[in-house]
Amino acid sequence: METTAVPDRTATLRRLMALLPPGRVLDGAAQLAAYGSDGLTAFEARPLAVVVPETQDEAIAAVRFCHAEKLPFVARGSGTSLSGGSTPCAQGIVITLNRLNRILRLDPAERVAVVEPGVINLAVTAAAQPYGLHYAPDPSSQSVCTIGGNVAFNAGGAHCLKYGMTSNHVLGVKAVLATGEVVTWGGPSRENIGPDWTGLFVGNEGLFGIALEVTLQLLPRAEVFHTVLAGYRTLEEAGDAVAAVVASGLLPGAIEIMDALALEAASAAVHAEYPPGCAAVLIVELEGPREVVAADRLRLDAILAASQPVEVRPARDAAERLAIWKGRKSAFSAVGRLSPDFIVQDGVVPRRRLGEALRKISAWSKEMNVRCANVFHAGDGNLHPLILYDGREAGALERAEALAGRILRLCVEMGGSITGEHGVGLEKRDYLPDMFSPEEVACLKRLRAAFDPFEIANPGKMFPGPGAPALTQHGLHPLEKAGVIARE
Amino acid sequence: MVALAPAPLTPASLDELAAAVRSAPRVIAVGAGTKPRLAAVGADVVRVSTVRLSGIVDYEPSEFTFTALAGTPLREIVAALGEKGQYLPFDPPLAGAGATLGGTVAAGLSGPGRFRFGGLRDFILGVRFVDGEGRLLRLGGRVVKNAAGFDVPKFFVGSAGRFGVLGEITFKVFPRPAVRRTLCLPVAETKAMTAMFAAAGAARWELDALEADPAAPAVWLRLGGPAAALDALAGEIFARWPGRTVPDDEAAAHWTAISEFDWAPAGGTLAKFALSPGQVPAFVAALAAAPGAKGWIGAGGNVGYAAGPAGAALPAWGGAGVTLRGNGPLWLGPPPRVEVMRAVKAAMDPVNRFPGLDETGA
Repeated sequence: METTAVPDRTATLRRLMALLPPGRVLDGAAQLAAYGSDGLTAFEARPLAVVVPETQDEAIAAVRFCHAEKLPFVARGSGTSLSGGSTPCAQGIVITLNRLNRILRLDPAERVAVVEPGVINLAVTAAAQPYGLHYAPDPSSQSVCTIGGNVAFNAGGAHCLKYGMTSNHVLGVKAVLATGEVVTWGGPSRENIGPDWTGLFVGNEGLFGIALEVTLQLLPRAEVFHTVLAGYRTLEEAGDAVAAVVASGLLPGAIEIMDALALEAASAAVHAEYPPGCAAVLIVELEGPREVVAADRLRLDAILAASQPVEVRPARDAAERLAIWKGRKSAFSAVGRLSPDFIVQDGVVPRRRLGEALRKISAWSKEMNVRCANVFHAGDGNLHPLILYDGREAGALERAEALAGRILRLCVEMGGSITGEHGVGLEKRDYLPDMFSPEEVACLKRLRAAFDPFEIANPGKMFPGPGAPALTQHGLHPLEKAGVIARE
Repeated sequence: MVALAPAPLTPASLDELAAAVRSAPRVIAVGAGTKPRLAAVGADVVRVSTVRLSGIVDYEPSEFTFTALAGTPLREIVAALGEKGQYLPFDPPLAGAGATLGGTVAAGLSGPGRFRFGGLRDFILGVRFVDGEGRLLRLGGRVVKNAAGFDVPKFFVGSAGRFGVLGEITFKVFPRPAVRRTLCLPVAETKAMTAMFAAAGAARWELDALEADPAAPAVWLRLGGPAAALDALAGEIFARWPGRTVPDDEAAAHWTAISEFDWAPAGGTLAKFALSPGQVPAFVAALAAAPGAKGWIGAGGNVGYAAGPAGAALPAWGGAGVTLRGNGPLWLGPPPRVEVMRAVKAAMDPVNRFPGLDETGA
């Protein structure tokens, strides 16, 4: 699409600026630099301009302008995508939605919220909290990531096994499509009539258009939590414990595992204390009415006691629970401190093959001389191998990417997926054909063309193709360095 | 219309399904015919039946997933899951009547249990389907978590066979609660019903089902979980609202009757409407105003069913709905019709082999 763009960039920019109130279009070099990368810092591109709409109408006008000019655009929230999903297009427009950040409606009786795309994930829960409600999806970046980005990439989190992903909590969406058409699908009802257009829209990776208003379901906050940390001598023992918990008929809110390297880093970074001598730690969290948790807890205790742990540590109060989660959620950026650069992977394997997958990853890591830590959502088979490298070392990034590729292909071979919650984006687009046949990829492309015939909405993402932005040697995201966000 | 239609094609494999779709210029999929209005289109449209596409292809209880052919009867799936202590938490309706998995997806129907963890759309993971050009495609995934590609499996939920023929479907399942307890709470009037929906839905009890019989009127609650916990929870609910614990046999019969729509007049019309809880009083009033009409409220006031005797009009309710049985328009209320819908139809079915969304035989 870049060939169709801008015979005269200055004239294009002038027309765009004329369309919007003053100050909405940024084109200074320093301003543009801030939008060059997202959470996948290895890629960088310089957009033509950044549009900062303050109203839905301004966002619609910007998209219609791009459609009329066949100018590529990338919608962006807080730029926390780990798959490079909001990496800009060189010479395209970035439309940043952070100022469309109003919670338009919050109805505690019907337990729904209607929000604009720039609303921060955690702000929804904060607004719902006085009513005893919360918004369930909890990606690790939830203190900064936006609902618009969550919708585009169908964001997950630590509680997906029981509560599902973003798409399971979006009841309706108003969006401007890449054609400039404005659509409204679904609404406040938890039921839907006719094809699930809302469901199709969620997870479109920015290829269909931009969500302007999103109707979210809110859930009552669980009355009590019971969070247990158990240490094991080997990863396999921790994996066996997961299998035993799952087979028991319990439905924990979260089941997580951290391996030795992740534990070492978390200890150093947030002073989390783990049982000594452990190669893996398992975290299981039960939640619900106190009577239900009290009964389930007895069963969980028995299962864990029989799983030969080094030690089992139940959180005795809310502070201890938060400490367990702090260690877990900071693990990735903590591991990042061990290395100047790292790649976070996001594959899924059938749960029963977790042990086998981890053994292979460990063997490949040694064989290829690339360090790899593992933190994962064990309950749903979602692996997050963290591949460490030093971008200044010749060939190191290529080796890291080679290991990442082997892991993704392994996930597909095992019947899993190349992405559990980060999306395909820029990073995994070359692996889409490992998961889908040429005819299936063609079907997905036809769907994309139905929403975006000119391929102007987030081009270069999801589908294999030329035109990847330049690789850079950046390390941690600035917010990660500040400890504000974490990758997961 | 049915008398004029030729006998349906009955492919016995997914390849045969694709061939059957290719064999006719106009095609509509049919399952067990428990929601016949969805497939009531012109006699020129050839029926492709999934009756021989039946059976569970893969079931791994430890994965919380199963994959089954589209024509598999729900009751077979419910039984297989039950043997391993698992279930489809949205209680797919019409299992007793013989409904198939594929037909349930095409109709987008969920039962009482959808209140706790969500509806059918929240448990579908992947599909194999035949598109309008007769290609057998697989989209979505076969594991509980997957974000690769557009979510076409969800799009098929409620799509009434207008975009493709489902061949095989993968679902997520959950462990079944050890015990269930059903409570019936009479209410004086509809407003009280709505207030109970709001209060009970936000309470700490984590109800399994929250429904209402608008004629009685009464609210029906269901709790699920470990036996030791349920007495205390039920006690707390009764302290708030008077009512009775429904004996297990009666409760089982009740929920079966709801799932089978036994309350709807035989041979009449049955329609589902998407509601928001605040609309419930007006919906109930519309039911009361229609001679012979009956109804049911589900999902804490998020779904309403209306039924009438053969020949009688459905209640005058302007909201979005779909007719499942009987005559009348397939789509009720003001469905959104935007340009991109035509484009998506053309992407999935460029030759219009399947009926259009608005091609409803009416």
